Amino acid sequence: MGSITAQALYPQLLIGLINGASYALLSLGLSIIFGLLNVINFAHGSLYMLGAFVTWGLLHYTGVPYWGAMIIAPLAVGIAGVVLERTLLHRLYRLDPLYNLLLTFGVALFLQGLFQMGFGSSGEPYEIPAQLQGARDVGFMILPYYRGWVMIVSLVVCVGTWYVTERTRLGSYLRAATENPGLVQAFGINVPRMITVTYGLGVALAGFAGVLAAPTVSVSPEMGSELIIVVFAVVVIGGMGSIMGSIVTGFALGLIEGLTKVLYPPASNTVVFALMALVLLIRPAGLFGKAP
Amino acid sequence: MLRDLANRSMIVTLCAAALCAAACKKTDSAAGGGSAAAGGSPGTTAAGGGGGGGGDKIVIGVLTDMSGPYADIGGKGSELAAQMAVADFGGKVAGLPIEVISADHQNKPDVGSSIAREWYETKGVDVIVDVPTSSVALAVNEITRTKNKVFLVSGAGTSDLTGKACSPNTVHWAYDTWALSNAAGREIIKNGGDTWFFLTVDYAFGAALERDATKVVEQMGGKVLGDVKHPLNAQDFSSFLLQAQSSKAKIIGLANAGKDTINSIKQAAEFGIMAKGQKMAGLLTFITDVNALGLPAAQGLLLSESFYWDRDDGTRAWSQKVAAKRDGAMPTMVHAGVYSAVMHYLKAVAELKSARDGKAVVDKMKAMPTDDPLFGKGTIDPNGRKRHSMYVYEVKKPEESKAKWDYYKLVREVPADQAFRAPADSDCAMTKK
Repeated sequence: MGSITAQALYPQLLIGLINGASYALLSLGLSIIFGLLNVINFAHGSLYMLGAFVTWGLLHYTGVPYWGAMIIAPLAVGIAGVVLERTLLHRLYRLDPLYNLLLTFGVALFLQGLFQMGFGSSGEPYEIPAQLQGARDVGFMILPYYRGWVMIVSLVVCVGTWYVTERTRLGSYLRAATENPGLVQAFGINVPRMITVTYGLGVALAGFAGVLAAPTVSVSPEMGSELIIVVFAVVVIGGMGSIMGSIVTGFALGLIEGLTKVLYPPASNTVVFALMALVLLIRPAGLFGKAP
Repeated sequence: MLRDLANRSMIVTLCAAALCAAACKKTDSAAGGGSAAAGGSPGTTAAGGGGGGGGDKIVIGVLTDMSGPYADIGGKGSELAAQMAVADFGGKVAGLPIEVISADHQNKPDVGSSIAREWYETKGVDVIVDVPTSSVALAVNEITRTKNKVFLVSGAGTSDLTGKACSPNTVHWAYDTWALSNAAGREIIKNGGDTWFFLTVDYAFGAALERDATKVVEQMGGKVLGDVKHPLNAQDFSSFLLQAQSSKAKIIGLANAGKDTINSIKQAAEFGIMAKGQKMAGLLTFITDVNALGLPAAQGLLLSESFYWDRDDGTRAWSQKVAAKRDGAMPTMVHAGVYSAVMHYLKAVAELKSARDGKAVVDKMKAMPTDDPLFGKGTIDPNGRKRHSMYVYEVKKPEESKAKWDYYKLVREVPADQAFRAPADSDCAMTKK
């Protein structure tokens, strides 16, 4: 273990950043939803899985390739989210947030069970699009083109989302509604519709992450539940509802996980939770959250 | 505002609690094909002669994973295989009707144990079949022994079932960890794959599989250059694969199962590991895994199985009957094992004209040679190990495959006498002098 050379370290750091990109993408959606709706969206992982299955289904049944799926799948997941919000979630806003937590948890189990019945448990194959196949020797490691692509696209989407919420008029409404929905409504802004759109947008991000994941992991009903645990930890560490927090924490945790994989691989699944416990002890509101 | 903040901190705490619960559940269901510690302890209510319904019918209990990671390997397909065996046998044995029931053990030893106990005590179950996930199988193994019933394993992999934990009431059918690493390992080393690097899932099953395979590699004069232990259900294998890549080993041995195997192979293709001349060896890879990977990612993979649907006319005829009832999905070696085991069990019951004494039925099964279209001629060792040929296969290239499920080409057949561990070496109390 004493011989951790730069040769071994750099690749792991880069890989960590790449994984961090998908954490960031998923936790971003969760954060946006939590910020405005005060709902912990436990269905996020299942909607990510839905995105991957739509991607697979588009190719398998209709021949629509990866590039088409990048647009259609998030859209489809977003619409599913809007329907979910309109028919179920919005009925529970008046009650304790716990009820919506339970509801989304139920939806997650339902979706996972449904896909298990339909497609079995071992998953479906999906190939990397021809244009992104292959790998390149970048000096210290072999970097598959597809991994590079995932990182760049995720980064662009993350920064784009941040820009929209922090620098545009729409974003300012959104942030205002997060602070005081009643007042914003009084100014004539349709807050309920904004909530619906936000939820749709948040889960569309999950769907998008699903599209990006389809070529690299097995497209299976359980793919979401395995990943979402880590993503929740990211959101808790970053500070619930903080957009910048979830992006930065996503990348940072990817890096830390990468480091752990060099230093002590079996702990790589646990290090995130150890960190979470630590952060909760020192800063209960999370690194970027507003302290009470 | 204050209320809001209070709410938020409550939610954060809740979230943390839920996360911990989820994380615990994850390790709890840490199941593989292989050996983990036996969970449940044998029941204390040793009801002699079984309970309730026993006597007026023979009940076969298919205890399997209906909804988890092994549902495609066993699951509904195993239930179907048992039903087909009953139908092919004529639906009756020794004048008694035969009933097949099934349940989901969720890969948890405690759940599996309580179902097994309930089945034996109140449902009149005479024999439990399948049971993937070694930790559950080891628990059911003990309960079956105390109740003097019969346990026919084809889903679980651990060779401890015919070793340290062997029982006069248990027969281990389709495969085990020893046979898998022996068959593929020997073949690969003989063909020049003499340096290995292991990608091992970090729990008892992975360790056992790596240990067995390492033994084979070293016996044959090969060398293990290193290993990396990854957590169960890892999503991303790239770091581990990079370590395997830089080890320059000719063979990367996958001592993992299910989705971990699928994801490691899928991502190895991405990093060009096979294209650069390293080969992957799946120590426990099922045809359903290959189906989930697709041939472009899985091609060239070496693996061992005891059953392949397209091996000969007998296996084809049976498999097509199964596939017709499962949306075209071909059976796995576990499904074949369930069918073959139930058939042989019914033959033994027919001879004895009774299923009451489990040990007597198993003794009868051991005394009779086995013969069926799925595994050919075979025998059962004194320690309960069913003995038949194993096969080493290579996964076809996409252009070699003519249809869906046309995935394997035969590399070598390991004859029955070499395919499984010799009973004398098995650590089984029944085979010691």
